[in-house]
Amino acid sequence: MAKLNFDASEPSHLVGLSIVVGGAIFSAYELATGADIYATTLLKSLALGSVYALIALGTVLIFKATEVINFAQGAMAMVGVLFISFMVADGNLPIVGFFWEIPNPIYELGGPEWIKWFLSVIVALVFAALLGLLIERLAIRPMIGEPLFSVAVITLGLEIALRVLANDTVKINFRSVDAPWGNGGFNIGDGFVNWSYFAAMITAAIAFVAVFFFYRSRMGIAMRAVAHDQEAAMAQGINIGRVFAIAWGAGAVLAAMGGLFATQPPVKQTGAVDTDVALVAFRALPAVILGGLDSVQGALLGGLIVGTAEIYAGQYLSGQTAWLGSGYPLIVPYFVMIIGLLVRPYGLFGTPEIRRV
Amino acid sequence: MFLRPNLYTSYEAEVQILPTYTKKVLAAIGIILLLLIPFDIPLITSATDLPLLRNIPVISNGIPPLRFLGDNSWLRVLDEALIFGIAALGINILTGMAGQVSLGHAFFMGVGAYSGAVLGGVSTSSVWGWNLPIWIWLPGAGIGAALVGIVVSPVAVRLRGLYLAIVTLGLVFLGIHMSNTTWGRHIAGDPGLGRDFPKYDIRLWKEEAPLITINDDGKWFGFLDVTDNQKKYLFLAVLFLVFILLAKNVARTRTGRALQAIRDRDIAAEVMGVPEFKYKLIAFATSSFFAGIAGALFASFAGKLPASQFSLALSVEFIAILLIGGVGTVSGTVMGTFFVVLTPKFVESFTEWLADKTDGGGVSAKLAEVVISTGPGNQGPISSAIQTPGYPLNVFDWNLVLYGVLIILFLIFEPLGLYGIWIKIRNYWKRWPFSY
Repeated sequence: MAKLNFDASEPSHLVGLSIVVGGAIFSAYELATGADIYATTLLKSLALGSVYALIALGTVLIFKATEVINFAQGAMAMVGVLFISFMVADGNLPIVGFFWEIPNPIYELGGPEWIKWFLSVIVALVFAALLGLLIERLAIRPMIGEPLFSVAVITLGLEIALRVLANDTVKINFRSVDAPWGNGGFNIGDGFVNWSYFAAMITAAIAFVAVFFFYRSRMGIAMRAVAHDQEAAMAQGINIGRVFAIAWGAGAVLAAMGGLFATQPPVKQTGAVDTDVALVAFRALPAVILGGLDSVQGALLGGLIVGTAEIYAGQYLSGQTAWLGSGYPLIVPYFVMIIGLLVRPYGLFGTPEIRRV
Repeated sequence: MFLRPNLYTSYEAEVQILPTYTKKVLAAIGIILLLLIPFDIPLITSATDLPLLRNIPVISNGIPPLRFLGDNSWLRVLDEALIFGIAALGINILTGMAGQVSLGHAFFMGVGAYSGAVLGGVSTSSVWGWNLPIWIWLPGAGIGAALVGIVVSPVAVRLRGLYLAIVTLGLVFLGIHMSNTTWGRHIAGDPGLGRDFPKYDIRLWKEEAPLITINDDGKWFGFLDVTDNQKKYLFLAVLFLVFILLAKNVARTRTGRALQAIRDRDIAAEVMGVPEFKYKLIAFATSSFFAGIAGALFASFAGKLPASQFSLALSVEFIAILLIGGVGTVSGTVMGTFFVVLTPKFVESFTEWLADKTDGGGVSAKLAEVVISTGPGNQGPISSAIQTPGYPLNVFDWNLVLYGVLIILFLIFEPLGLYGIWIKIRNYWKRWPFSY
């Protein structure tokens, strides 16, 4: 992590400083005039930021291990959340459930509903991980050593195929993930806070802590070595195939978790599972890029910045909808990304590419 | 030189557009076929025309008449292929020649479409339009897109590789959103229905009767009796050939060589005195110009189009065309375009044909029974109904899945694309009868 050495001659530092000062003045003003709305907006933006950060973390994990940017993260999120929906709403196991309906064994057991829901989600995440492994094995493994652009386009092809298949599973049906917290929440003054905000934040926190510790484990060190230099890592006896597989499995699980919260408030009020999940994952790409493609803390910070910008713009610029156009918060992430990249071409924590003749 | 096609005695000979006799002949055949396709000229009306096969009873009943297309539904698909071909030649300059991966080609097509619409469209209470003739709005569409490309390129030049891909992807979303604002609606019309785009008709100025009609049936120049579909096709085919020539020529100039140097190693190119910023800007502008022209043609061909059509899926289609055809070559791009645009139509007509055969006998009926699902209880992966909730999938969805899978398979098994396959075939016959 970079030290905070302020340098007035550096344009990026000036931009950063002006954003911090401007944000502080704005926050002070809003806290004084409408603290309840400000507080709910803050919680909302942290929740949205967590959703973006979860999906971004998956992308970064895959990028760090395989140097592939995964455009199929959205489709994987959608398939993942469909798996969850199969498990908890239909009470069937996913994958095989398309043809032969095998009942979800967890719901046959006794015990409180929320524990059964939680266990089912975990089993669904295992299926999502299997999907990630399958994708890696079939589409990514044969491409080791090919140009990175080709592999990125393979993930675009995957995105199309998976999203269409997933969309055909949903079509016009209403699907939900039957979240135990439902649509409940509490009021702060005039603002309303959903329980799902906290669920998203806690999940993201757990995921980031888990990845943080994972990078200190034996496998995690191997993964960082592969990220640093594939050939050297191979020469040291690291099984690159296994590293790739773990990265894609973890990426798919994180995508599914992000997808789960992408069906919940603040992203979606109805809790319906549909193709919007894939679009949410596309808005997580700016978070990845803003934080730096190869940085875990960048994914977290990028996700939070993008989420905050989107929610705050939606809350405090809503009077300008006429000329900004309806639905303008949804493009704020891309806007923030372009501004951010003008100042820092490799994102906040990204490693600049060393160019050699 | 006849039997030594790879022997070049001068630089001029090497950079010729068609350096060998084979290429000259193939290109001539290609151009003649391209221009003859819309005319209803029979090659073989029935098997009885073939003297050798006439007496074999099985064949004489089975051979379908072979003829050029004439005015039928395939012509529309070919029109689309020609338009997409122009755009694909543009992205080939940016991504294939200069090595800048762009997912924003659909955005530039949209910019072109709406520049053309404002210049050439009819003004109504809700949308702007200056009703100018085609020789202004079509180049204007290209120039409008090129200007936006120039505005975008300072951001793009700072970024490399996948960072650039994602920023250009952001442009697509920004563009679709901009068409949805109050001021954007004056340009793009209603977000659900879109606006009316100018027609292809060639006018000298704003007069009633066009100089050359393209949107109505009737005689051209007093003797050529063609329908509107045939006219559109011929118009687009001529434009397509012009743009192929343009794209071929870009590669042969100083600019083209500079772009290729930047692609191969940007910092080395700079050391050699190729200004990176200037040439990347040129690459963006040229590519956007092609995209803008294609966008305006596409929109005008569709007649009415919502802005959401210029989506990420369209951008991905161009990347797919590039990779399936073969990156960096004009002929590969042309092959890729026809492959990517025509495959869905082939799949669709094949399925339609099979669906018709479900009741008949023979092999096709057996195949249809396995593949097509006509209703509940009938097992088959393809549904013959157009709108089916859930599974089996209808043809359109199968086409999308197939398209995604095709991209993956091509990249895994044939990274050089159709161009690579062509090279392999050519080299096999070049060395024949030796295997290497």
